[in-house]
Amino acid sequence: MNSIKERTQDIREAANHLGKEVFTDNISKKTEQRLELQKVSPKLATLEEAIRKSGLKDGMTISFHHHFRGGDKVVNLVVDKLAEMGFKNLHLAASSLSDVHAPLIEHIRNGVITKISTSGLRGELAREISMGLMEEPVVFRSHGGRGSAIANGDLHIDVAFLGASSSDPLGNACGYSRSENPKSICGSLGYALPDAQYADKVVILTDDLVAYPNTPNSISERDVDFVVEVESVGDSSKIASGAIRDTKNPRDILLAQQAAKVIINSGYFNDGFSIQTGSGGASLAAVKFIRESMIEKGIKASYALGGITAHMVKLHEEGLIDRLIDVQSFDKVAAESLKNDPMHKEVSSCEYASADEPGSAVHYLDIVILSALEADVNFNVNVLVGSDGIIRGAIGGHPDTAADSALSIIVCPLLRGRIPCIVDEVTTLITPGSTVDVIVTEYGIAVNPRRPELAERLKAAGLRVVDIKELRDKALSIIGTPAQLPFGDKTVGIVMNRDGSVQDVIKNIAE
Amino acid sequence: MELKTAHAGTLESGDILIQIFPAEKPGLEIALDSTVAYQFGDQIKKVIAETAKELGLENARISATDKGALDCTVRARTTAAVVRATGKDVWAD
Amino acid sequence: MMFVPGNNPGMMADAHIYGPDSIMLDLEDSVTMTEKDTARLLVYNALKTIDYGDTEMVVRINPLNTPYGKKDIEAVVKAGVDVIRMPKTETAEEVREVEREIERVEKEIGCLGRTKIMAAIESTLGVVNAYDIATASPRMMGIALGAEDYCANLKAQRTKGGEELRLARETIVVAARAAGIDALDTVFSNLNDMETFRNEVEYIKSLGFDGKSIINPRQIEVVNEIFAPKEKEIEKARAIVAAIKEAEKKGSGVIALNGKMIDRPVVIRAQRTIDLAVASGILSPEEI
Repeated sequence: MNSIKERTQDIREAANHLGKEVFTDNISKKTEQRLELQKVSPKLATLEEAIRKSGLKDGMTISFHHHFRGGDKVVNLVVDKLAEMGFKNLHLAASSLSDVHAPLIEHIRNGVITKISTSGLRGELAREISMGLMEEPVVFRSHGGRGSAIANGDLHIDVAFLGASSSDPLGNACGYSRSENPKSICGSLGYALPDAQYADKVVILTDDLVAYPNTPNSISERDVDFVVEVESVGDSSKIASGAIRDTKNPRDILLAQQAAKVIINSGYFNDGFSIQTGSGGASLAAVKFIRESMIEKGIKASYALGGITAHMVKLHEEGLIDRLIDVQSFDKVAAESLKNDPMHKEVSSCEYASADEPGSAVHYLDIVILSALEADVNFNVNVLVGSDGIIRGAIGGHPDTAADSALSIIVCPLLRGRIPCIVDEVTTLITPGSTVDVIVTEYGIAVNPRRPELAERLKAAGLRVVDIKELRDKALSIIGTPAQLPFGDKTVGIVMNRDGSVQDVIKNIAE
Repeated sequence: MELKTAHAGTLESGDILIQIFPAEKPGLEIALDSTVAYQFGDQIKKVIAETAKELGLENARISATDKGALDCTVRARTTAAVVRATGKDVWAD
Repeated sequence: MMFVPGNNPGMMADAHIYGPDSIMLDLEDSVTMTEKDTARLLVYNALKTIDYGDTEMVVRINPLNTPYGKKDIEAVVKAGVDVIRMPKTETAEEVREVEREIERVEKEIGCLGRTKIMAAIESTLGVVNAYDIATASPRMMGIALGAEDYCANLKAQRTKGGEELRLARETIVVAARAAGIDALDTVFSNLNDMETFRNEVEYIKSLGFDGKSIINPRQIEVVNEIFAPKEKEIEKARAIVAAIKEAEKKGSGVIALNGKMIDRPVVIRAQRTIDLAVASGILSPEEI
């Protein structure tokens, strides 16, 4: 039994025993230089082929991410193609939509898109939808809520179309590229990761098709079915500008100073604290003031979370913030840092803000600074619908971070022109007052009565703590009493709580 | 009252541009374009009409482009436009 | 004192939220000739309507030798302004002219004596006449330096260190002190050079000025910080004031602290420190 020939009978019996075939050697080995093979794969397809092969049918759900924000080109490109191919009744589930997606109006009118799920809407599309463009109401979810809904099946995605700044032919993709002259960069692909993981079929669209292996990568080839090379996935310059620009608006600076003082005197400003800020002028300026205080007091943060900005990157590089946890890069500096710095970690929207995920970063968050379109005397906040009843914003991570942080601070002016921002009742309920702790305005700081200890600390620090009703009255005394909005009977939007329950509805506004 | 075409105000945020034209029919005809039309359109028109009437202007076409002006600004701009249109100042010479 | 252009309703509506001690709505240099009438009405309506809280409201009028000056006075006195600021003041007689106009309007509406006057000195002749100007009327509450016009008149160049302004600054402070009114320094217009601004504020405080004119809310914090008395000064001042009260209670004319006699100038300075501490919000009036 020393040769394989002598064991032939035994091999056959073993194969029978396992119910398997006996091996036949018909392998013809490929001998070309592997470099050539690294540039191809059966997953490569044109957009039309990818759509056809994905098995997409009328009535199914397609998804997109919004990491290119105002510079996104993928949504319009794909939906134009779907319209051309004759698809109807599709459900468009984007992580968010903005001004650039106005072409969707035509596709909605023509029945290509009949349902939308998103975090926000802006511009002409938002206006048309507010007026009643769609039969089916738009479903609005927070970033954490969307992550949960995708993971638990509430939001089932049939085909995800995900733009990436680089991908190899297998679908190892990221929001940046290591090519010499990359066409685009968006940094974190956090909002695309649940889609990549849970969608039935995943199509990567990239404007930089690179040879295998495109590592380090954020989306893995194991989740990807098709790779499509396109001219451009997005205009990175429209995410935000590359350089740090400090606001010169004196009102923003005043608000930022007040917000920073709230943080510093809140009792949470201790070594190892964690923080998240928005990308508004006041938020960014607040970071500047907090930085000065951190240096002065020798306090360092364990991590900064969220939409990461150039300001946060600077603090991290100065050693003031240990780690950056990034679901979305708000500017080019942040995107470059994500690419180059291992301490700058990319997370999916589930790991960022899902209520269900034990390890989601918001659970470990001390302080969050948030903005608002409106807040009311019960500390409820609206960031989605303008005071004219027209949708003009996005839920984002607002309710997620407010709910899970130890201290949530809303920074908003009392008035925007003649529009009051502290009102009796918010136009639409986005973030419940039970999760909001402090509201900072240029006319004083209101502390939620749930947090008397916080109010005491701020008063002791000499801050102007006022009753929120005083702020509402002050606003009314300056601008007069606004007339009621002309809402109609049609429901144009449904606001989901992050736990999957229905929290509020948005009615159409008469023209 | 002899009326010239006149305007006052700007299109800056927080301001209102008031233009006054000779009337084509009796009474005050006010056309308003406002960034806060839903909430304050009627109030702004009311302030314009009241101010014009206090200054004795009964017949005119008034076109207003509002960028979120407060009532005191609406009053100031309307007064200025009326003074310019009528040539009759509110202050002593 | 924060300068706000009189033809900008957006800035006029919320200038007070930044916490300046006083706001100066400008009808003069920042308003073009063609908009003098509209700015006047805007300022009039703003003063009558907007609640500026405790902020002292000042309006810079056009000179009486222009077609606008008289109407400016009528409008702002009727609107209830606290202080009229005269630009380019050169002689005491100019102050008296303005005073007569104010009185005429005040009599008409029945509030005689309500409006105070501040004069900006912006020429060499004005500097020479500083004391006469400062004492020209019981309504005078302050004099201020206007550096741009003064320098042009002096035929000197503006410099970072401000050497060319030294005599004017010192003269104005001395004149104001002699007259028992406030002295206010000129504006600093380069918003991007906060360091030179800070040095200048330190410098004019050391000269004895009571305050600085500013053109942007971003400058307020620096001024308040420098003019706010330091903790030690306040403690000492409070001890002195307490000693005075103690002496008064005892009916003693001699004031002593820690066994040392306190001179009258020390008492005055202590009171001034307390006033400043209250004005900068460090002390509340109840704490005195």
